Amino acid sequence: MLERVGVADLDALFADLPAAMRDPAIDLPPALTEPELIALLEERAGENADASKPNFLGAGAYRRSIPAVAAHLTSRSEFVTAYTPYQPEISQGTLQSAFEYQSVVCELTGMNVSNTGLYDVASATAEACLLATRATRRGAVALLEPIHPGTIEVVRTYTRGAGLRVDILTSVDAVSEEHACLVVQQPDFLGAIVDLEPLAEAAHASGVLLVTVADPFALGLLRSPGDAGADIVTGEGRDLAGAPAFGGPSLGLFAARTPFMRQMPGRIVGRTQELHEPPEGGEPRTGYVLTLQAREQFIRRERATSNVSTAQSLIALAFTITVQALGPRGLREAADLCYQRAHDAAARIAALPGYETPDRGPWFQEFLVRGPVRAAELSQRLRERGIGPGLDVSSRAEPEAREALLLAVTEATPDAHVDALVEALAEIGADA
Amino acid sequence: MSALRPGGEDFGARLSFDRGGPGRRAVDVPTWTGEPTPLPDAHLLRDSLRLPELSQGELVRYYTALSARNYGIDSGTYPLGSCTMKYNPKVDDLVASLPGFAAAHPQAPAEDAQGTLRTLLELRRGLAEATGLPAVSLAPAAGAQGELAGVLMITRALEDRGELERRRRILVPDSAHGTNPATAAMAGFTVTQIPTAADGSLDRATIEEELDESVAAVMVTAPNTLGLWEQGIEEVAGLIHDAGAYLYGDGANFNAIMGRVRYGDLGFDVVHLNLHKSFSTPHGGGGPGAGPVCCSEELAPYLPTPVVEECEDGVVRLTAPERSIGQLQQFHGNVGVLIRAYAYMRALGLEGLRAVSGQAVLNANYLRVLLHGYYDLPYDRPVLHEVVFSGSRQRREHGVRTYDIAKRLIDHGFHPPTVYFPLIVEEALMMEPTETEPPEAIEALAEAMIAIAEEAERDPDTLRAAPLTAPIGRLDEARAARRPVLRWQEAEAEE
Repeated sequence: MLERVGVADLDALFADLPAAMRDPAIDLPPALTEPELIALLEERAGENADASKPNFLGAGAYRRSIPAVAAHLTSRSEFVTAYTPYQPEISQGTLQSAFEYQSVVCELTGMNVSNTGLYDVASATAEACLLATRATRRGAVALLEPIHPGTIEVVRTYTRGAGLRVDILTSVDAVSEEHACLVVQQPDFLGAIVDLEPLAEAAHASGVLLVTVADPFALGLLRSPGDAGADIVTGEGRDLAGAPAFGGPSLGLFAARTPFMRQMPGRIVGRTQELHEPPEGGEPRTGYVLTLQAREQFIRRERATSNVSTAQSLIALAFTITVQALGPRGLREAADLCYQRAHDAAARIAALPGYETPDRGPWFQEFLVRGPVRAAELSQRLRERGIGPGLDVSSRAEPEAREALLLAVTEATPDAHVDALVEALAEIGADA
Repeated sequence: MSALRPGGEDFGARLSFDRGGPGRRAVDVPTWTGEPTPLPDAHLLRDSLRLPELSQGELVRYYTALSARNYGIDSGTYPLGSCTMKYNPKVDDLVASLPGFAAAHPQAPAEDAQGTLRTLLELRRGLAEATGLPAVSLAPAAGAQGELAGVLMITRALEDRGELERRRRILVPDSAHGTNPATAAMAGFTVTQIPTAADGSLDRATIEEELDESVAAVMVTAPNTLGLWEQGIEEVAGLIHDAGAYLYGDGANFNAIMGRVRYGDLGFDVVHLNLHKSFSTPHGGGGPGAGPVCCSEELAPYLPTPVVEECEDGVVRLTAPERSIGQLQQFHGNVGVLIRAYAYMRALGLEGLRAVSGQAVLNANYLRVLLHGYYDLPYDRPVLHEVVFSGSRQRREHGVRTYDIAKRLIDHGFHPPTVYFPLIVEEALMMEPTETEPPEAIEALAEAMIAIAEEAERDPDTLRAAPLTAPIGRLDEARAARRPVLRWQEAEAEE
């Protein structure tokens, strides 16, 4: 090959690179064979906390029962090792699956248009804010507490370039005609189920779009945000796709009402048919393509609706298969089971002397616990007993969060873990 | 019901929603046997949900059939230029899915995630070494998010220098990826396009003319999208710095120069990498990827949050740089992809990385030589990782477009190259064989391209009808955009 290419050695192919800087000293660890690599990373993986121990952290990432079939199908290498489907004739697997995903997301959210997914819930919500400011030509966005602090952070990062103002509201009364959108989390950051309809009415009265950041799993049980009046719905799909993996790969759901279709960020797949009748006769067959691409960076460049290119397709596939494996009844049953188990755990804790679970109205899977000792100490003592204590939210402004831990119990939390938690809390209570 | 055609089903007409039947299900959900808690008020609940009802066997057959209608790098040669479709070692998937990594909660205290965090720390150090840029954040989820991070870092640095108000322009070459101008606009800058000179590099005179106090940055892809080295970039870096602007590097093509030259040494201030390209994590049909951003000491305080640091107590933690642009995601990035990239780096070591870039460049040049004379080569000189041909001769002489050539390549069993990009090459055919294709595969690809060039003379109609052997024929993309059908609808199922 070298001879055919006309060079003496590989180095000659790099003759255009500045000679003085070529082949620098680079300090990398020596190469490992496959068995050595596996041994090293097994050791590393073992340095993480034992995942079989009780842990009640939620706050944006929840333990779910994922059907085995989701990982099985998602690991098919024709899905895993394909690029973005630029050539539809040999990418129908990716494209039709993405159309399934868009359909599932529309059904869950009550929206008419979904893209094929963005990076994660927070960046998707930031994109929703940018869409809302384009659509309304307003220069501020409003986020209603309690909302995930990560969402607030990412909205700030993404809106800085456009010079938008980000208002964090504690009441919907503060929403005004300066705002492009009102962003509301469902269930909210402290676990409560939000009645979206009055919020939608209040927002719409000022010409403000309602963006709902919804947990798609909870939507198996809860009214769809679209039905309640939302204009854009975002959400995190990772938990229905597979393991938390320290937060990623994640999956940002993004769906909207039809009028915003041509303002959407990201890839969208559309249904079409063959240009020609098949040579052997019959009707042109149905197929799927990337569509509405005039919105996108590779065509529109600096006038694109977003710079998104690669996103999270494979995670969207796993999400789709999980939801479809559960089906309409299974998703409802799983969400109901989650609700029942969480409420049962909370009731057992509230019955312990010295403990309360501050009431913020109807809730889904996450609840506040205030104990006989301060939150930091309660957290520490639970950790000493081998229990992941949930998130200490005592620094938050909401009065219910004062000296409280935020705990999540889901359909996938083992009974024995809940028992261990209740027992440990009782012991801590008795010592106090 | 679906329209059947002779010899087979119209597979695409029937979605999962149109299959199965009422009451079927793929998995069961445990029943709650404890004391039931009443559900919230009905107005907060959903009263119906339309989803498919399939047995597990039906679901598996449906998605298995879909997978068979896809082409991946495991299926065959995938010379999609700029996308770096190299073979993905399977051990990388295995280690990323180890239970200890998979189960780590993103809000876990650092002490509970030391295995993940130490792995990320070593990846961070490796990327810093390989790029010659000392500070790295692994947070960006993909190249485009890395670009956004980099440009926002420049924004913040200019703000601290008190120059943001006057530096409102970013210079972007006309050969750049679309993400570059889109990112600059997202960050609030106006874009000035820089033409490409006759030799395929940046037009130096225009750069010198445009560089003034209104320029915030110049975004340069190195090597560029023509597969050529940006000659004299180290001198251009000096000019940019003298003008008070920053040099942003699109590192999508790092594959070509790994171990050979470093962005930091050349004077780049900030660069993003596409780990799903250069570091061989599978692309998943459109992600997940990872787009770490690497920068100079000067820009380090602005890196996105989090950054992985080893603290004095020996514990590895996630920290927020002093003047960080903030978070890009709710949590810490596509960690599963980062672990794959780490495994790739460790399996190679420095010599391995050099071998990768060497073979990638040799393969691209081999393809260039094999196809020389059959297709026009607007920039006819040795290339780095990819080579951009033009189908303009075929168009002019035979009325066959690059689009047709690409579709015909499918019939020969190959994934087509990137077409109509970069925009500056008429009828562009951008080919990147990558280092993992053996010589026989490159020769077979070249033979197919030559056969197509000959067919263009002899039988152009066949090219215009291609592909003839794919799971589906050419699709009506205009119709899809004109009459958008973007989701399953019940009414349609009854057509």
